Amino acid sequence: MSTLIYGTITSIVLALYTIGFSLTYGISGLANFAHGAIYILSGFTAWSFLNQAGLPFFLSALLSIVISGLLGFALYWGVLLRIRGMALSELIVTFATGVAILELLMWKGFYGIQYSLPLFVKGGVEMRGVAVDYQRLFVIGTGVLLVILLWLFVHHTRIGLAFRGIAQNERTALSVGIESDWIGALSLAFGSALAAIAAMVILPMGIMESAIGYEVLIYALAVAIVGGLESTSGMIGASFILGFSQVVTAKYLGARWMIIVPLSAIILVLIIRPSGLFGKFKEIEERV
Amino acid sequence: MAAAEARYRKKRLDRGIKARADTLYVICSYREILYLLLPRALPVIALLLLPLLLRGYWGKVLVYACVYGLLALSWDFLASCGLFSLGQSLFFGFGAYVAGILSYHLHLTPAITLPVATISGGLLSAVLLSPVVRLRGVYFAMVTLMLPMLLLKMIETTGLVGGCHGLSALAPFYNEWVAKYLALVALLVCLFGFRRIINEDYGLVLRAIKDDDRAVMSAAINIYWRRIQALFIAGAVGAFAGAFMTHHYQFVGMSAFALDYSILPVAAAALGGAGTFAGSALGTMILVPLSESLRALGGLRIALYCVILIGCVIALPEGIFHYMERKYHQFERLVKVG
Repeated sequence: MSTLIYGTITSIVLALYTIGFSLTYGISGLANFAHGAIYILSGFTAWSFLNQAGLPFFLSALLSIVISGLLGFALYWGVLLRIRGMALSELIVTFATGVAILELLMWKGFYGIQYSLPLFVKGGVEMRGVAVDYQRLFVIGTGVLLVILLWLFVHHTRIGLAFRGIAQNERTALSVGIESDWIGALSLAFGSALAAIAAMVILPMGIMESAIGYEVLIYALAVAIVGGLESTSGMIGASFILGFSQVVTAKYLGARWMIIVPLSAIILVLIIRPSGLFGKFKEIEERV
Repeated sequence: MAAAEARYRKKRLDRGIKARADTLYVICSYREILYLLLPRALPVIALLLLPLLLRGYWGKVLVYACVYGLLALSWDFLASCGLFSLGQSLFFGFGAYVAGILSYHLHLTPAITLPVATISGGLLSAVLLSPVVRLRGVYFAMVTLMLPMLLLKMIETTGLVGGCHGLSALAPFYNEWVAKYLALVALLVCLFGFRRIINEDYGLVLRAIKDDDRAVMSAAINIYWRRIQALFIAGAVGAFAGAFMTHHYQFVGMSAFALDYSILPVAAAALGGAGTFAGSALGTMILVPLSESLRALGGLRIALYCVILIGCVIALPEGIFHYMERKYHQFERLVKVG
């Protein structure tokens, strides 16, 4: 029972890590290597609003989500637009931005027990003999809600339609009047905002440090590779596979072997099905 | 403003001496021979003399520059066959740990551990990354970025191969001069070797894989196998750098998989200009002393590399070396349009 509950929680956390990354990649084909950095940066922004400006937590969380979105937009509009289409340059720039943010945070000395966000809801509940605190249940709720909202947004709004249009065929979308630069910038903004939302609900469960940024990036990449880079259902499926196998590994082999799971999963998936377990859409193009 | 600019355009022409030097006429006078020879010979002579001039601290910096230079060359070699690695520290770490384990447990001398670590580091990289070469695009970059980080965490949590403490008290080089000249000669051999390989038929195939992999496939060439070979070569060079550093420090630890070894080679190649190898070497010779003189800034150094990297990619996409090469071979003038 505890495996089931904690497996679900771990899986949802993984899905939350990945959702922004996967959205950006799915729409504009841009692998945002700054994802983890934006995640942790939004945590520190919220912390600063909360403790240095004295705003209430809810407001500072909202503000930091908006700021992360704007940051993503600015990154695209200011930098990435100039090198759009050159895969190598895009990759270098997003990666370098991410590392620069993380190293700056580390240099500023954001490390220690005092850097933690408060819980949304305190206390816990016992389910069939397994103690779960409300924050973890809240994470599950947020994860499910976010996936549903995103699905509704992508399928029932004009911007969502434009997102799907660009994802399917950029040139055709251009010819019916969807501006790909604008949509690309929006996709990165949405991806960053989603990273910030994930940070707001997950970070209160532990302390913040900039090394988490790399961890988030690693897990997001692992889930994205296992699930197939652009499919949302693949992403969710893969986060459940990875989440449960991590919890099972931790239970039977010990927590220190947990890190083996993503590593071996990636290598196995790349050997058996290089385009990801659920990736069908671009299978022929991705494979050489 | 725009109208004024449009009236003139810049025209580039090869210098006469360049045109002559391209053909057999190059041997007709010393001037032409020197034109070709000097840009190659001068840096080599300068590099070989530098250890005699630089003592103490800056002598060490020169060794670091050579080691980073090897990593940058290995990055450039992979990049010229279309594989963009974000994890040179993977190769570096393999070499460093193989040499470290051989030296720690079996007490072998560097004369044995260096070649063994080079070959086995190359093999390990090629085997571990061989599933990824079937994919193109960002997959390779993603996987190479993740692997060193995951291995780092694995060493940290499981305590294998020395864990957090690393392996220390390893065999040093015979003396300081051997170390210095070994690094320098390795860099030069690698630089000119790679320049030669990439211009041979073998390198032609590798470059073609970068440009159009399907065309190469349709010529009945197994591109996966070629890519794995390229991975072996690049991995071996990176592993040599790692093994060298292990014996130089007489220590190997988790820092062998650190991000420094991944990001600096990419920054150097972007600064110097990718694709010519000389550009990457030049980039490291600029970046490493720069970063050493900024050592007081601590962690800010890496952030600084990143800013340089972004600036280079956007403002000077061709790199310093290509710029210099163009100025050397060509002259420019403004001509009237129309």
